[in-house]
Amino acid sequence: MIGRFLHSQISQGLAGCLLAAVTALLIMALARRRGVNMLKELPLAQLRGFLQIVAVGLILGYLLHGPRWTGIPVLLAMMIAAASIVRSRAKNIPRAFALALQSICVGAGGVLAIMIVGGVVPLQIAILVPVGSMVIAQTMNMQSIFLDRLRGEVLSHIGEIESALALGASTQVTIFPYVRAAFRASLIPSVDNIRSLGIVWIPGIMAGMVLSGSSPLYAALYQFVVLSTIFSAAALTCFTASYLVVGRIFNAQEQLLLRA
Amino acid sequence: MVGRSPLLECVHLSRVLPGSPGRLLLDDIQFELAQGEILGVLGPSGAGKSSLLRVLNRLDEPTSGTVLLDGQDYREIPPRELRRRVGMVMQRAFLFPGTVAENISFGPKQAGREITSTVIDELLSHVALDGYASRPAANLSGGEAQRVAILRALANEPELLLLDEPTSALDDASKLAVEKVFASLIERRGLTCIWVTHDGRQARRLAAKALLLENGRVTASGQIEHVLPEAVE
Repeated sequence: MIGRFLHSQISQGLAGCLLAAVTALLIMALARRRGVNMLKELPLAQLRGFLQIVAVGLILGYLLHGPRWTGIPVLLAMMIAAASIVRSRAKNIPRAFALALQSICVGAGGVLAIMIVGGVVPLQIAILVPVGSMVIAQTMNMQSIFLDRLRGEVLSHIGEIESALALGASTQVTIFPYVRAAFRASLIPSVDNIRSLGIVWIPGIMAGMVLSGSSPLYAALYQFVVLSTIFSAAALTCFTASYLVVGRIFNAQEQLLLRA
Repeated sequence: MVGRSPLLECVHLSRVLPGSPGRLLLDDIQFELAQGEILGVLGPSGAGKSSLLRVLNRLDEPTSGTVLLDGQDYREIPPRELRRRVGMVMQRAFLFPGTVAENISFGPKQAGREITSTVIDELLSHVALDGYASRPAANLSGGEAQRVAILRALANEPELLLLDEPTSALDDASKLAVEKVFASLIERRGLTCIWVTHDGRQARRLAAKALLLENGRVTASGQIEHVLPEAVE
């Protein structure tokens, strides 16, 4: 319907954004009947997300014509932004930004490097930046879930943790059951994504590749590669965080620092 | 006369509430405890009784002053080794998931020491929990759980045992059962203990010495019949 009245691609895109945003606002207006009032929060989040993605579109458009290495600083900037968002979720965990950034660099950076060296992700900005951004976004989500869940587990088991410490257990042994629970919880959404691939959802990359004329079979295989890469990166990020976080939760005297 | 050197000595021990520089949880605490002595620590809520035990177990750090354990500054002892030497039983048992036997062997396992099922059975018989070794810890009553928590701390063979109101969450029957068990353990093992309690009569039944705390300060200390004369029947 939009195509009937608007002819340029940009104006069609803007109209689509407006329609999608208004639909979300109408649904949130409906949600007020159930006591959920996000009508103040949502427009600001939408505006922020819109400006960010438009800025990325403009930067990508510029970078596509630049040298290949320019993709690296873009990904680094994304990692810093992701770590900053993780920090806001990791309340009361000291030096959470550094923890999040180190984990994302190891997880996302490490797995992306393996994929680039293996030739699976080509060092082309048009592919590296979108794939890298998906990897970094998922490491951010999983790490946020991991740290938030770990914080909750620790705060609700302070008695057990201090009892174990009082018996001479190491901090790693003491925290192990709660790290395991948080790590498992953070993996569940990604495992479900892989499990439901092709049945419940056809991800964006595959849809885009098919729309742009690639073989559907190759698009499906590549989509699996991307999802597995995302999962490996996110899991490695949480794995790294699971070791680094112990030094934030306990001090050098092996005393529990995290309090409500 | 040559006096026995104390097992534990608190030297001007103070602790400030983190984030509130003006609020002293412990204010210049000084006392000594010799091998085999039982010290009752009494005082109203917020007096600093639990804070004192937490600092002695080094779950919390003193702001100033220190603790000498067998003449050695406890800050020179690695925290895990210190906590094995100074055991602690909390107000609630906080047993770990698993069986009673797994709970009892937890501490020794951390030190790389295995304890046999015979030793576990023998320990359980001391606290009238014969045959409980393979029971899930989650299924125990409050009194049973607290007795297992005491055994769990004792399995580390600590030189000093700290008990933070271990009977406060129990009904009268369980409270007396735990007390009775504890009294028999004192006799069998010659334990050195610090028992925190609200209850002057309980302190009279268990301890030879007492320390009264108020607002983080020691207001009285010495032989229990002098510190708590009103409890003398």
